[in-house]
Amino acid sequence: MLAVHALNKNRPLRRIVLASAATVSGMVLLLSLKPHAGPALAVGSPAPAPTSSSSGASPGTTKAPATGTSTVTGDSVQTRWGPVQVRVTISGGRLTDVTAVTYPTQNPRDQEINSYAIPQLRREALDAQSARIDSVSGATYTSDGYRRSLQSALDSAGL
Amino acid sequence: MDEPAGAPAAVRHAEEVMGTVFSFDVRGGRPEAVRETLAAAVAGLHRADALFSTYREDSELTRLVRGELTVARCAPEMAEVLELAAEAERVSEGWFSPRYQGELDPTGIVKGWAAERAARLLAAVDGVCGVSVNGGGDVQMLGAPEPQRPWRVGVADPLRPGGLAAVVSAAGVDELSVATSGTAERGAHIVDPRTGRPAVTDLVSVTVVGPRLTWVDCWATAAFAMGSRAGLAWLESLPGVEGLLITAGDEVRCTGGLAERLG
Repeated sequence: MLAVHALNKNRPLRRIVLASAATVSGMVLLLSLKPHAGPALAVGSPAPAPTSSSSGASPGTTKAPATGTSTVTGDSVQTRWGPVQVRVTISGGRLTDVTAVTYPTQNPRDQEINSYAIPQLRREALDAQSARIDSVSGATYTSDGYRRSLQSALDSAGL
Repeated sequence: MDEPAGAPAAVRHAEEVMGTVFSFDVRGGRPEAVRETLAAAVAGLHRADALFSTYREDSELTRLVRGELTVARCAPEMAEVLELAAEAERVSEGWFSPRYQGELDPTGIVKGWAAERAARLLAAVDGVCGVSVNGGGDVQMLGAPEPQRPWRVGVADPLRPGGLAAVVSAAGVDELSVATSGTAERGAHIVDPRTGRPAVTDLVSVTVVGPRLTWVDCWATAAFAMGSRAGLAWLESLPGVEGLLITAGDEVRCTGGLAERLG
């Protein structure tokens, strides 16, 4: 109940969000350079890409054979906080994973920004259908809650 | 079976116990041998429930609290769990507590401990290469499901039902567990041991990653009660443990080493 209360009144953008927006945009921009980005590849566009000098360099690509999964590593992009480079995995035409290969960690402020920005970007990209997971961790469900859970869906698929 | 040829055999099972559902996924080994041990593991869960339930008038825990039993007269699991709970209370500086309203209540540790025990029992079966046991949202993984594929656990996003906040991979490690404490399923049920009231916290969810479910389950509960700032700093101080915290304001914070466990 307390948490719900806090949720209702706690909506303003925070400084940390604003501070990280440029980093996120940098990565989103970089993702949008991807040559294999089909129409299903909708990166969650959490921040509208501002005017920024995207170098336009062609990203390196490694294709995994036969599985329909490809991993694309973008070029390092210079942001005002330092270089940022991400690797994305595309499976069956959908973005299934985003990993930051390089990101700034020079000072405590960077770490604070990263503790927000990196997972947030992943969050936008992931959904249960495409993430190829074996199980789900979440707040403990009751027997009744289980029936509505992702874990229950995975169990029915596998049982 | 739509498993590719050559993949280890899979035995799966879901069991309703302890007020929730435990999901098993066991790879490799002879299916008959795995099913036999699975039956023993499931029986072990029901036995743990019968011993530790605070809802059952006749559980050993209830009788212990009422003074009708001593620890020495209880099943050996009682002393084992109480010892683990006391250790969790020490490491968490009192934020994990094996008491509720002054009375002995180690149930916060029982589910994780029981799930880990069940997973280890199954991993000991001849030929088994991978075990995943999910006890109501807290997962113990051992080994790997296939030679070139690690176990992968989605972390439910508490603010986007059906979505994932992250995916944790057991790549490169033989043991990994993921436990989440939060308000998404059962509301504000985590008690601040200092006040005896629902924890005043800015968090909606804490996920902790580490080798053993017995501990990470306790650490998730403790960090949730601490709140994001203290919880993150405390998790960062624990060796071999990583955390992902989501606040009511929809901010995500994680420990420095978590990225290595994300897959």
